[in-house]
Amino acid sequence: MLIVGELINASRKAIGEAISIQDAEAVKKVAIDQYEAGANFIDVNAGIFVGKESEYLQWLVTTVQEVVDAPCCLDSPDPAAIQAALSVHKGTAMINSISMEKARYDALIPVIAGTDLKVIALCMSDEGMPETAEQRLKIADRLINGLVQNNMKIDNIYVDPLVQPVATNKTFGIEFLKAVEAISTEFKGVHTMCGLSNISYGLPNRKFINQAFAVMAIAKGLDGLIINPLDKRIMANLITAEMLSGRDDYCSNYLRAYRSEKFEF
Amino acid sequence: MVSFESLAQSVIAGREAQVKEQVQEMINAGADPLDVINQGLIAGMNIVGPRFKAGDMFVPEVLMSAKAMSAGIALVKPLMTDKELPSMGTIVLGTVKGDLHDIGKNLVGMLLESGGFRVVNLGIDIAPEAFVLAVKEYKADIVAMSALLTTTMLGMKDTIELIKEEGLNVKCIIGGAPVSKDYADKIGADGFAPDAASAVDLCKQLLSA
Repeated sequence: MLIVGELINASRKAIGEAISIQDAEAVKKVAIDQYEAGANFIDVNAGIFVGKESEYLQWLVTTVQEVVDAPCCLDSPDPAAIQAALSVHKGTAMINSISMEKARYDALIPVIAGTDLKVIALCMSDEGMPETAEQRLKIADRLINGLVQNNMKIDNIYVDPLVQPVATNKTFGIEFLKAVEAISTEFKGVHTMCGLSNISYGLPNRKFINQAFAVMAIAKGLDGLIINPLDKRIMANLITAEMLSGRDDYCSNYLRAYRSEKFEF
Repeated sequence: MVSFESLAQSVIAGREAQVKEQVQEMINAGADPLDVINQGLIAGMNIVGPRFKAGDMFVPEVLMSAKAMSAGIALVKPLMTDKELPSMGTIVLGTVKGDLHDIGKNLVGMLLESGGFRVVNLGIDIAPEAFVLAVKEYKADIVAMSALLTTTMLGMKDTIELIKEEGLNVKCIIGGAPVSKDYADKIGADGFAPDAASAVDLCKQLLSA
Protein backbone atom coordinates (compact mmCIF):
# COMPACT_ATOMS: atom_id res chain seq x y z
CA MET A 1 0.00 0.00 0.00
CA LEU A 2 1.34 3.35 -1.04
CA ILE A 3 0.36 6.18 1.29
CA VAL A 4 0.48 9.79 0.16
CA GLY A 5 0.18 12.23 3.07
CA GLU A 6 -2.31 14.89 2.00
CA LEU A 7 -1.87 17.55 4.68
CA ILE A 8 0.53 19.99 3.00
CA ASN A 9 -2.18 21.53 0.89
CA ALA A 10 -2.50 25.29 0.55
CA SER A 11 -6.28 25.13 0.60
CA ARG A 12 -6.01 24.08 4.25
CA LYS A 13 -5.96 27.31 6.20
CA ALA A 14 -2.91 26.66 8.43
CA ILE A 15 -0.80 25.54 5.47
CA GLY A 16 -1.94 28.40 3.25
CA GLU A 17 -0.85 30.84 5.92
CA ALA A 18 2.45 29.05 6.52
CA ILE A 19 3.22 29.24 2.82
CA SER A 20 2.31 32.89 2.47
CA ILE A 21 4.58 33.92 5.35
CA GLN A 22 7.20 31.32 4.34
CA ASP A 23 7.05 29.64 7.74
CA ALA A 24 9.35 26.71 6.98
CA GLU A 25 9.17 25.26 10.50
CA ALA A 26 5.39 24.81 10.33
CA VAL A 27 5.66 22.99 7.00
CA LYS A 28 8.54 20.85 8.24
CA LYS A 29 6.61 19.73 11.27
CA VAL A 30 3.66 18.53 9.19
CA ALA A 31 6.07 16.74 6.87
CA ILE A 32 7.85 14.95 9.72
CA ASP A 33 4.58 13.99 11.43
CA GLN A 34 3.21 12.46 8.24
CA TYR A 35 6.44 10.66 7.44
CA GLU A 36 6.65 9.17 10.92
CA ALA A 37 3.01 8.10 10.71
CA GLY A 38 3.80 6.04 7.62
CA ALA A 39 3.45 8.30 4.57
CA ASN A 40 5.56 7.09 1.62
CA PHE A 41 5.07 10.30 -0.33
CA ILE A 42 4.41 13.81 0.94
CA ASP A 43 1.85 15.66 -1.18
CA VAL A 44 2.65 19.33 -1.77
CA ASN A 45 0.09 21.77 -3.12
CA ALA A 46 0.31 25.54 -3.55
CA GLY A 47 -2.70 25.82 -5.84
CA ILE A 48 -4.37 28.82 -4.24
CA PHE A 49 -1.45 31.10 -5.03
CA VAL A 50 -2.20 32.18 -8.56
CA GLY A 51 0.95 33.50 -10.24
CA LYS A 52 3.20 32.28 -7.43
CA GLU A 53 2.41 28.59 -7.53
CA SER A 54 5.70 27.59 -9.18
CA GLU A 55 7.84 29.46 -6.70
CA TYR A 56 5.88 28.18 -3.70
CA LEU A 57 5.70 24.59 -4.89
CA GLN A 58 9.45 24.61 -5.31
CA TRP A 59 9.86 26.06 -1.83
CA LEU A 60 7.59 23.37 -0.38
CA VAL A 61 9.63 20.58 -1.97
CA THR A 62 12.90 21.99 -0.69
CA THR A 63 11.48 22.61 2.76
CA VAL A 64 9.92 19.15 3.08
CA GLN A 65 12.97 17.31 1.80
CA GLU A 66 15.26 19.13 4.22
CA VAL A 67 13.71 17.12 7.02
CA VAL A 68 12.28 13.92 5.58
CA ASP A 69 13.90 11.34 3.38
CA ALA A 70 10.80 10.82 1.27
CA PRO A 71 9.76 11.82 -2.24
CA CYS A 72 7.00 14.35 -2.85
CA CYS A 73 3.75 14.06 -4.70
CA LEU A 74 3.58 17.23 -6.79
CA ASP A 75 -0.01 18.35 -6.73
CA SER A 76 -0.67 20.75 -9.59
CA PRO A 77 -2.21 20.79 -13.05
CA ASP A 78 0.35 23.38 -14.16
CA PRO A 79 3.36 21.92 -16.04
CA ALA A 80 5.46 24.98 -15.22
CA ALA A 81 4.89 24.54 -11.48
CA ILE A 82 5.67 20.84 -11.74
CA GLN A 83 8.88 21.49 -13.63
CA ALA A 84 9.97 24.10 -11.13
CA ALA A 85 9.34 21.62 -8.32
CA LEU A 86 11.09 18.78 -10.15
CA SER A 87 14.21 20.88 -10.63
CA VAL A 88 14.87 20.81 -6.88
CA HIS A 89 13.28 17.45 -6.04
CA LYS A 90 15.43 14.59 -4.71
CA GLY A 91 14.48 11.02 -5.56
CA THR A 92 11.57 9.95 -7.74
CA ALA A 93 8.58 12.23 -7.50
CA MET A 94 4.94 11.45 -8.14
CA ILE A 95 2.84 13.74 -10.34
CA ASN A 96 -0.69 14.52 -9.15
CA SER A 97 -2.21 14.37 -11.72
CA ILE A 98 -2.74 13.82 -15.41
CA SER A 99 -6.22 13.21 -16.85
CA MET A 100 -7.82 12.70 -20.25
CA GLU A 101 -8.92 16.36 -20.33
CA LYS A 102 -7.14 17.41 -23.48
CA ALA A 103 -5.52 20.62 -22.24
CA ARG A 104 -4.20 18.94 -19.11
CA TYR A 105 -3.05 15.83 -20.95
CA ASP A 106 -1.23 17.71 -23.68
CA ALA A 107 0.47 19.99 -21.13
CA LEU A 108 1.73 17.22 -18.86
CA ILE A 109 2.77 14.51 -21.32
CA PRO A 110 5.92 16.37 -22.42
CA VAL A 111 6.97 16.74 -18.77
CA ILE A 112 6.65 13.07 -17.88
CA ALA A 113 7.24 11.20 -21.17
CA GLY A 114 10.16 8.79 -20.94
CA THR A 115 10.86 9.58 -17.29
CA ASP A 116 10.82 7.31 -14.27
CA LEU A 117 8.33 9.57 -12.50
CA LYS A 118 5.25 8.08 -10.91
CA VAL A 119 1.99 9.54 -12.11
CA ILE A 120 -1.58 9.62 -10.90
CA ALA A 121 -3.90 9.18 -13.87
CA LEU A 122 -7.30 10.62 -13.01
CA CYS A 123 -10.30 9.16 -14.82
CA MET A 124 -11.73 12.37 -16.14
CA SER A 125 -12.16 13.52 -19.73
CA ASP A 126 -13.56 16.50 -21.59
CA GLU A 127 -16.87 14.67 -21.71
CA GLY A 128 -17.22 15.20 -17.95
CA MET A 129 -16.93 13.00 -14.92
CA PRO A 130 -17.53 9.29 -15.30
CA GLU A 131 -20.36 7.81 -13.23
CA THR A 132 -20.27 4.12 -14.09
CA ALA A 133 -17.47 1.57 -13.91
CA GLU A 134 -17.67 1.20 -17.66
CA GLN A 135 -17.15 4.93 -18.28
CA ARG A 136 -14.20 4.90 -15.89
CA LEU A 137 -12.66 1.91 -17.62
CA LYS A 138 -12.86 3.57 -21.03
CA ILE A 139 -10.98 6.62 -19.77
CA ALA A 140 -8.46 4.47 -17.88
CA ASP A 141 -7.80 2.50 -21.06
CA ARG A 142 -7.04 5.65 -23.05
CA LEU A 143 -4.89 7.08 -20.26
CA ILE A 144 -2.86 3.92 -19.70
CA ASN A 145 -2.28 3.45 -23.42
CA GLY A 146 -1.30 7.07 -23.84
CA LEU A 147 1.17 6.90 -20.97
CA VAL A 148 2.72 3.62 -22.12
CA GLN A 149 3.09 4.97 -25.66
CA ASN A 150 4.95 7.87 -24.11
CA ASN A 151 7.39 5.46 -22.48
CA MET A 152 6.02 5.48 -18.99
CA LYS A 153 6.46 2.25 -17.05
CA ILE A 154 3.29 0.35 -16.18
CA ASP A 155 4.48 0.09 -12.59
CA ASN A 156 4.63 3.88 -12.34
CA ILE A 157 0.99 4.42 -13.32
CA TYR A 158 -1.55 4.96 -10.53
CA VAL A 159 -5.05 5.19 -11.92
CA ASP A 160 -7.49 7.21 -9.82
CA PRO A 161 -10.97 6.03 -10.89
CA LEU A 162 -12.49 9.22 -9.41
CA VAL A 163 -14.54 9.06 -6.26
CA GLN A 164 -17.98 10.71 -6.36
CA PRO A 165 -20.31 11.36 -3.41
CA VAL A 166 -22.65 8.51 -2.57
CA ALA A 167 -25.03 11.05 -1.02
CA THR A 168 -26.00 12.23 -4.49
CA ASN A 169 -26.39 8.82 -6.13
CA LYS A 170 -26.54 5.50 -4.37
CA THR A 171 -24.54 3.75 -7.13
CA PHE A 172 -21.49 6.02 -6.84
CA GLY A 173 -19.77 3.84 -4.23
CA ILE A 174 -20.28 0.52 -5.95
CA GLU A 175 -19.42 1.80 -9.43
CA PHE A 176 -16.10 3.07 -8.14
CA LEU A 177 -15.38 -0.26 -6.46
CA LYS A 178 -16.23 -2.17 -9.63
CA ALA A 179 -13.87 0.10 -11.55
CA VAL A 180 -11.01 -0.61 -9.13
CA GLU A 181 -11.54 -4.33 -9.57
CA ALA A 182 -11.78 -4.13 -13.35
CA ILE A 183 -8.69 -1.93 -13.71
CA SER A 184 -6.71 -4.21 -11.37
CA THR A 185 -7.64 -7.30 -13.39
CA GLU A 186 -7.64 -5.94 -16.93
CA PHE A 187 -4.47 -3.89 -16.71
CA LYS A 188 -2.03 -6.12 -14.86
CA GLY A 189 0.68 -4.18 -13.09
CA VAL A 190 -1.14 -0.85 -13.14
CA HIS A 191 -1.87 0.52 -9.67
CA THR A 192 -5.06 2.15 -8.47
CA MET A 193 -5.30 4.89 -5.89
CA CYS A 194 -7.64 7.63 -4.73
CA GLY A 195 -8.49 10.19 -2.09
CA LEU A 196 -11.40 9.47 0.20
CA SER A 197 -13.16 12.64 1.22
CA ASN A 198 -15.42 12.88 -1.85
CA ILE A 199 -17.25 9.66 -1.03
CA SER A 200 -18.72 11.05 2.19
CA TYR A 201 -19.66 14.55 1.01
CA GLY A 202 -23.10 15.57 2.24
CA LEU A 203 -23.32 12.97 5.01
CA PRO A 204 -22.60 12.93 8.74
CA ASN A 205 -19.83 10.80 10.32
CA ARG A 206 -17.62 11.28 7.31
CA LYS A 207 -14.53 9.62 8.77
CA PHE A 208 -16.48 6.47 9.41
CA ILE A 209 -17.68 6.32 5.79
CA ASN A 210 -14.19 7.06 4.49
CA GLN A 211 -12.73 4.18 6.48
CA ALA A 212 -15.30 1.65 5.40
CA PHE A 213 -14.93 2.72 1.79
CA ALA A 214 -11.14 2.44 1.92
CA VAL A 215 -11.39 -1.07 3.32
CA MET A 216 -13.86 -2.11 0.59
CA ALA A 217 -11.65 -0.60 -2.13
CA ILE A 218 -8.56 -2.35 -0.81
CA ALA A 219 -10.46 -5.64 -0.99
CA LYS A 220 -11.05 -4.90 -4.70
CA GLY A 221 -7.36 -4.26 -5.31
CA LEU A 222 -6.76 -0.60 -4.48
CA ASP A 223 -3.12 -0.20 -3.49
CA GLY A 224 -2.64 3.51 -3.00
CA LEU A 225 -4.37 6.22 -0.95
CA ILE A 226 -4.07 9.95 -0.53
CA ILE A 227 -5.04 10.46 3.09
CA ASN A 228 -4.25 12.06 6.40
CA PRO A 229 -1.78 9.53 7.85
CA LEU A 230 -2.07 11.12 11.28
CA ASP A 231 -5.52 9.57 11.55
CA LYS A 232 -4.59 6.42 13.46
CA ARG A 233 -7.88 4.67 12.84
CA ILE A 234 -7.71 4.91 9.08
CA MET A 235 -4.10 3.72 9.12
CA ALA A 236 -5.02 0.76 11.32
CA ASN A 237 -7.89 -0.07 8.97
CA LEU A 238 -5.62 -0.01 5.92
CA ILE A 239 -3.07 -2.33 7.46
CA THR A 240 -5.77 -4.76 8.49
CA ALA A 241 -7.58 -4.62 5.13
CA GLU A 242 -4.35 -5.33 3.25
CA MET A 243 -3.75 -8.37 5.42
CA LEU A 244 -7.29 -9.61 4.88
CA SER A 245 -6.94 -9.10 1.11
CA GLY A 246 -4.00 -11.50 1.01
CA ARG A 247 -1.30 -8.92 0.53
CA ASP A 248 0.58 -9.26 3.81
CA ASP A 249 2.97 -12.23 3.90
CA TYR A 250 2.79 -14.01 7.24
CA CYS A 251 0.75 -11.04 8.49
CA SER A 252 4.06 -9.37 9.18
CA ASN A 253 2.95 -5.78 8.49
CA TYR A 254 -0.03 -6.26 10.72
CA LEU A 255 2.10 -7.62 13.53
CA ARG A 256 4.72 -4.92 13.14
CA ALA A 257 1.95 -2.34 13.38
CA TYR A 258 0.60 -4.06 16.47
CA ARG A 259 4.00 -3.98 18.16
CA SER A 260 4.54 -0.34 17.31
CA GLU A 261 1.22 0.50 18.96
CA LYS A 262 -0.64 1.43 15.77
CA PHE A 263 -3.79 -0.14 17.18
CA GLU A 264 -3.85 1.92 20.35
CA PHE A 265 -6.15 4.86 19.83
CA MET B 1 -59.22 17.71 1.91
CA VAL B 2 -55.78 17.17 3.41
CA SER B 3 -54.22 20.27 4.89
CA PHE B 4 -51.44 22.28 3.27
CA GLU B 5 -49.51 21.68 6.46
CA SER B 6 -49.74 17.94 5.95
CA LEU B 7 -48.55 18.31 2.33
CA ALA B 8 -45.61 20.40 3.51
CA GLN B 9 -44.75 17.66 6.01
CA SER B 10 -44.78 15.06 3.24
CA VAL B 11 -42.35 17.21 1.24
CA ILE B 12 -40.07 17.55 4.26
CA ALA B 13 -40.14 13.78 4.78
CA GLY B 14 -39.37 13.26 1.08
CA ARG B 15 -42.38 10.99 0.53
CA GLU B 16 -42.90 11.30 -3.19
CA ALA B 17 -45.88 8.93 -3.49
CA GLN B 18 -47.67 10.62 -0.63
CA VAL B 19 -47.04 14.09 -2.04
CA LYS B 20 -48.53 13.02 -5.37
CA GLU B 21 -51.54 11.53 -3.66
CA GLN B 22 -52.16 14.60 -1.53
CA VAL B 23 -51.72 17.04 -4.41
CA GLN B 24 -54.11 15.03 -6.55
CA GLU B 25 -56.62 15.02 -3.74
CA MET B 26 -56.31 18.80 -3.42
CA ILE B 27 -56.77 19.26 -7.16
CA ASN B 28 -59.84 17.05 -7.10
CA ALA B 29 -61.25 19.07 -4.20
CA GLY B 30 -60.80 22.24 -6.24
CA ALA B 31 -57.91 23.83 -4.37
CA ASP B 32 -56.18 26.80 -6.01
CA PRO B 33 -53.04 25.42 -7.72
CA LEU B 34 -51.09 28.44 -6.58
CA ASP B 35 -51.94 27.71 -2.95
CA VAL B 36 -50.92 24.09 -3.40
CA ILE B 37 -47.53 25.28 -4.60
CA ASN B 38 -46.95 28.14 -2.19
CA GLN B 39 -48.57 26.91 0.97
CA GLY B 40 -47.85 23.23 0.53
CA LEU B 41 -44.91 22.36 -1.69
CA ILE B 42 -42.70 25.44 -1.37
CA ALA B 43 -43.65 25.82 2.29
CA GLY B 44 -42.20 22.35 2.87
CA MET B 45 -38.99 23.15 1.02
CA ASN B 46 -38.70 26.38 2.99
CA ILE B 47 -38.25 24.21 6.08
CA VAL B 48 -35.86 21.79 4.35
CA GLY B 49 -33.38 24.51 3.33
CA PRO B 50 -32.69 25.86 6.84
CA ARG B 51 -32.59 22.35 8.32
CA PHE B 52 -30.00 21.36 5.75
CA LYS B 53 -28.00 24.47 6.49
CA ALA B 54 -28.14 23.73 10.21
CA GLY B 55 -26.86 20.18 9.68
CA ASP B 56 -30.13 18.55 10.78
CA MET B 57 -30.84 17.22 7.30
CA PHE B 58 -28.38 15.75 4.82
CA VAL B 59 -27.88 15.79 1.07
CA PRO B 60 -29.78 12.57 0.26
CA GLU B 61 -32.75 13.75 2.30
CA VAL B 62 -32.74 17.12 0.56
CA LEU B 63 -32.68 15.30 -2.78
CA MET B 64 -35.67 13.20 -1.71
CA SER B 65 -37.60 16.29 -0.64
CA ALA B 66 -36.77 18.12 -3.85
CA LYS B 67 -37.85 15.12 -5.90
CA ALA B 68 -41.10 14.84 -3.97
CA MET B 69 -41.76 18.52 -4.49
CA SER B 70 -41.08 18.34 -8.24
CA ALA B 71 -43.50 15.45 -8.53
CA GLY B 72 -46.14 17.62 -6.88
CA ILE B 73 -45.38 20.62 -9.10
CA ALA B 74 -45.66 18.39 -12.19
CA LEU B 75 -49.26 17.59 -11.23
CA VAL B 76 -50.41 21.20 -10.74
CA LYS B 77 -48.39 22.77 -13.55
CA PRO B 78 -50.81 21.73 -16.36
CA LEU B 79 -53.58 23.57 -14.52
CA MET B 80 -51.83 26.91 -14.74
CA THR B 81 -50.59 29.17 -17.51
CA ASP B 82 -46.87 30.05 -17.51
CA LYS B 83 -47.70 33.52 -16.27
CA GLU B 84 -49.51 32.17 -13.25
CA LEU B 85 -46.55 30.05 -12.21
CA PRO B 86 -44.89 31.84 -9.34
CA SER B 87 -41.27 32.84 -9.84
CA MET B 88 -38.98 34.67 -7.49
CA GLY B 89 -36.72 35.50 -10.43
CA THR B 90 -34.62 33.85 -13.12
CA ILE B 91 -31.20 32.46 -12.37
CA VAL B 92 -28.67 31.34 -14.94
CA LEU B 93 -26.46 28.69 -13.36
CA GLY B 94 -23.30 27.01 -14.56
CA THR B 95 -19.83 25.66 -13.76
CA VAL B 96 -17.18 27.86 -15.33
CA LYS B 97 -14.95 27.10 -18.29
CA GLY B 98 -12.48 24.25 -17.92
CA ASP B 99 -14.27 22.89 -14.87
CA LEU B 100 -16.34 19.70 -15.07
CA HIS B 101 -17.72 19.58 -11.53
CA ASP B 102 -21.44 19.04 -11.74
CA ILE B 103 -22.75 17.79 -8.41
CA GLY B 104 -22.56 20.80 -6.10
CA LYS B 105 -23.85 23.09 -8.79
CA ASN B 106 -26.84 20.82 -9.44
CA LEU B 107 -27.63 20.76 -5.75
CA VAL B 108 -27.67 24.55 -5.75
CA GLY B 109 -29.95 24.49 -8.79
CA MET B 110 -32.33 22.08 -7.17
CA LEU B 111 -32.60 24.13 -3.99
CA LEU B 112 -33.08 27.36 -5.94
CA GLU B 113 -35.87 25.77 -7.95
CA SER B 114 -37.41 24.47 -4.77
CA GLY B 115 -37.18 27.96 -3.34
CA GLY B 116 -39.34 29.29 -6.15
CA PHE B 117 -36.76 30.54 -8.64
CA ARG B 118 -36.74 29.73 -12.32
CA VAL B 119 -33.35 28.09 -12.90
CA VAL B 120 -31.61 27.79 -16.24
CA ASN B 121 -28.88 25.23 -15.64
CA LEU B 122 -26.31 25.63 -18.42
CA GLY B 123 -24.19 22.69 -17.24
CA ILE B 124 -20.41 22.43 -16.90
CA ASP B 125 -17.44 23.98 -18.72
CA ILE B 126 -19.33 27.19 -19.54
CA ALA B 127 -17.39 29.99 -21.25
CA PRO B 128 -18.01 33.64 -20.31
CA GLU B 129 -19.61 34.22 -23.72
CA ALA B 130 -22.11 31.43 -23.08
CA PHE B 131 -23.10 32.93 -19.72
CA VAL B 132 -23.63 36.30 -21.40
CA LEU B 133 -25.77 34.78 -24.16
CA ALA B 134 -27.92 32.97 -21.63
CA VAL B 135 -28.40 36.09 -19.51
CA LYS B 136 -29.70 37.90 -22.59
CA GLU B 137 -31.84 35.03 -23.83
CA TYR B 138 -33.53 34.25 -20.53
CA LYS B 139 -33.52 37.81 -19.16
CA ALA B 140 -31.81 36.52 -16.05
CA ASP B 141 -31.81 38.38 -12.76
CA ILE B 142 -28.84 36.49 -11.36
CA VAL B 143 -25.87 34.60 -12.77
CA ALA B 144 -24.65 31.90 -10.38
CA MET B 145 -21.21 30.44 -11.10
CA SER B 146 -19.52 27.40 -9.64
CA ALA B 147 -15.84 26.39 -9.68
CA LEU B 148 -14.16 23.59 -7.77
CA LEU B 149 -10.58 24.18 -8.87
CA THR B 150 -8.13 26.93 -8.07
CA THR B 151 -7.19 26.91 -11.74
CA THR B 152 -10.72 27.41 -13.05
CA MET B 153 -12.04 29.91 -10.54
CA LEU B 154 -10.37 32.60 -12.65
CA GLY B 155 -13.16 31.94 -15.15
CA MET B 156 -15.52 33.66 -12.73
CA LYS B 157 -13.52 36.85 -12.98
CA ASP B 158 -13.51 36.63 -16.79
CA THR B 159 -17.26 36.13 -16.85
CA ILE B 160 -17.99 39.02 -14.53
CA GLU B 161 -15.72 41.26 -16.58
CA LEU B 162 -17.50 40.33 -19.79
CA ILE B 163 -20.91 40.88 -18.20
CA LYS B 164 -19.82 44.36 -17.10
CA GLU B 165 -18.36 45.09 -20.52
CA GLU B 166 -21.68 44.17 -22.08
CA GLY B 167 -23.42 46.45 -19.59
CA LEU B 168 -25.86 43.74 -18.51
CA ASN B 169 -28.04 44.48 -15.52
CA VAL B 170 -27.64 41.20 -13.68
CA LYS B 171 -26.29 40.18 -10.27
CA CYS B 172 -23.36 37.77 -10.19
CA ILE B 173 -22.83 35.27 -7.39
CA ILE B 174 -20.21 32.56 -6.93
CA GLY B 175 -19.59 29.40 -4.94
CA GLY B 176 -17.42 26.27 -4.79
CA ALA B 177 -14.73 24.78 -2.58
CA PRO B 178 -11.80 27.12 -3.41
CA VAL B 179 -13.95 30.26 -3.54
CA SER B 180 -14.27 32.71 -0.65
CA LYS B 181 -15.98 35.94 0.31
CA ASP B 182 -12.63 37.68 -0.23
CA TYR B 183 -12.36 36.33 -3.73
CA ALA B 184 -15.93 37.37 -4.50
CA ASP B 185 -15.17 40.93 -3.36
CA LYS B 186 -11.92 40.96 -5.29
CA ILE B 187 -13.50 40.05 -8.63
CA GLY B 188 -16.52 42.30 -8.15
CA ALA B 189 -19.15 39.61 -7.56
CA ASP B 190 -22.38 40.66 -5.85
CA GLY B 191 -22.29 37.72 -3.48
CA PHE B 192 -20.73 34.48 -2.32
CA ALA B 193 -22.49 31.44 -0.88
CA PRO B 194 -20.59 28.87 1.19
CA ASP B 195 -23.25 26.17 0.62
CA ALA B 196 -26.34 25.40 -1.41
CA ALA B 197 -28.87 26.54 1.20
CA SER B 198 -27.04 29.85 1.64
CA ALA B 199 -27.22 30.34 -2.12
CA VAL B 200 -31.03 30.40 -1.87
CA ASP B 201 -30.93 32.97 0.94
CA LEU B 202 -28.40 35.03 -0.99
CA CYS B 203 -30.57 35.12 -4.12
CA LYS B 204 -33.65 36.09 -2.15
CA GLN B 205 -31.72 38.83 -0.45
CA LEU B 206 -30.22 40.18 -3.68
CA LEU B 207 -33.58 40.32 -5.45
CA SER B 208 -35.44 41.92 -2.58
CA ALA B 209 -32.88 44.69 -2.27
